[in-house]
Amino acid sequence: MSEAFILIPGRTSRQGCGISEGKFKEAYQAETSVLQIAPQDMQRLGLVAGDRVRVTSEGGMIEVAVQPAKSDELPSGVLFIAYGDLSSRLMSGDTHGSGMPTSKCLDVRLEPLEKSSIDPDEKA
Amino acid sequence: MNASQAKEASADLKVVSDATCTFCGCVCDDIELTVDGNRIVKAKRACGLGTAWFLNHEIEDIPSCLIEGKAAPVEQGIRRAAEILTASRYPLIYGLSDTTIEAQRVAVAIGDWIGGNVDTTTSVCHGPSGMALQGVGEVTCSLGEVRHRADFVMFWGSNPAESHPRHFTRYSLMPKGVFVPRGRKDRTCVVVDVRKTKSAKAADVFLQIKPRGDFEALWTLRALAAGIPLDAEQVRQTTGQPLSVWEDLMQRMKAARFGVIFFGMGVTMTRGKHANSEALMALARDMNRYTRFTCKPNRGHGNVTGADNVVTWRTGFPFAVNLGRGYPRFNPGEYTASDVLARREADAALILASDPMANFSQPAREHLRSIPYIALDPKQTPTTQHAAVAFHVAVYGINVAGTAYRMDDVPIPLRPAFPSPHPSDLEILTGIEREVRQIQQAFA
Repeated sequence: MSEAFILIPGRTSRQGCGISEGKFKEAYQAETSVLQIAPQDMQRLGLVAGDRVRVTSEGGMIEVAVQPAKSDELPSGVLFIAYGDLSSRLMSGDTHGSGMPTSKCLDVRLEPLEKSSIDPDEKA
Repeated sequence: MNASQAKEASADLKVVSDATCTFCGCVCDDIELTVDGNRIVKAKRACGLGTAWFLNHEIEDIPSCLIEGKAAPVEQGIRRAAEILTASRYPLIYGLSDTTIEAQRVAVAIGDWIGGNVDTTTSVCHGPSGMALQGVGEVTCSLGEVRHRADFVMFWGSNPAESHPRHFTRYSLMPKGVFVPRGRKDRTCVVVDVRKTKSAKAADVFLQIKPRGDFEALWTLRALAAGIPLDAEQVRQTTGQPLSVWEDLMQRMKAARFGVIFFGMGVTMTRGKHANSEALMALARDMNRYTRFTCKPNRGHGNVTGADNVVTWRTGFPFAVNLGRGYPRFNPGEYTASDVLARREADAALILASDPMANFSQPAREHLRSIPYIALDPKQTPTTQHAAVAFHVAVYGINVAGTAYRMDDVPIPLRPAFPSPHPSDLEILTGIEREVRQIQQAFA
């Protein structure tokens, strides 16, 4: 069963350093492949760090590992992911006449994937 | 290593003073680089992002030119690139933000010769702010003025602690300036954001607003600046903060001697986009009824501000310019790269110093992958991976001299640390322009 969230893709220090190190290197790939969720939302959904979820937007769908956001960085109902291939997959091609795809505060639905169906080697 | 060997080794090291970091829009030009042959081993005064930038750009052992994934002589790649561009009916030139203004200038010239569509990464960064300033103007200043004068500094939808790590210490919060002699103690810092970011820790006041509430929050402040009474419950519901909080903020803004609002992509990438930027710029303008107040977009790429300037010099418009009719037309939403690709209009592209195959929407990426394009980048990226012609180029500011514009439109010279065997963007683009002209003249 999926639940509505607002997703904010954004820059992080590690993602920025990863660009210089190389986008195919592990540091960049790891930083851009994790979804941050408010700890209270993780608890409510029965998720622990490393569990995988499906995130669907108007523009696309991804499957990604989760981790709790640090301290009180995210309010309940808001998700964060570092800019990268996965965040781009959720953007729509429509820019509403502005040239800028809506790239922050995206409406998404989040669905935890059944743990039994997850290959532990795939966990980020 | 004994003492004499250490001395000998250190004698081989070269020190480059006042080097310029071109990773982000701060364009810090006080970096001291220690260079060991073809490798930077130390970047004194650089932040984490700057250190990663300088220490990870060694000479890459990859061919300077690949045609359809196979190594080829650079001149052959230049000729193939010119053939692709001149055969195209709707060529797109995109990127430009991570190279010198000298190279940007030639990229726009190629666009002009081939009647192409020229757009920069500004369109997916502060393009909406560029649209907004055409509507309401921009009350602006240099970062030097902020350093020496600003006693009220607000960051809105911007997280410089992670995106521009030296912003606080070099320009906006910590420096002791002529009119703020006690530095941080003489300044009030306000952060407005949906997330409680790392930057929020640096603030005297942090306002966590409702997601997508920027437009309403900014217009709340505009109304308060104009003395218009507001419905407290409506304000709380639309902004996520009570009216009293906004009234307190307005009092602080009015009491400032020199205020500045730095704003980021939390404003431009969220629903409302240029309407959000317009509200913010108009607020800065409104505040000049009470005191000196300015606003500045926190620009991301090292020379994205240069791209705005160069495209404006050459065409009269900052981005989203179509030259297909022999004269420039400006229309974001029509001539912006995201749209031109997602609508499957472009049939060839020249991608310079950017990575749309990683950063664009899926429909735009799928179309780019389906057309022949040329990519110039110092590193292997998803964009170079799928290019018909890929040039691996020398790095601006590390291997290549030239000029970059800081986010406040101040031009900064680049002081390279060591040469590269790979050609520069400028050399490749100059070659492509020459070949394009030869092909066109042959068919004239």
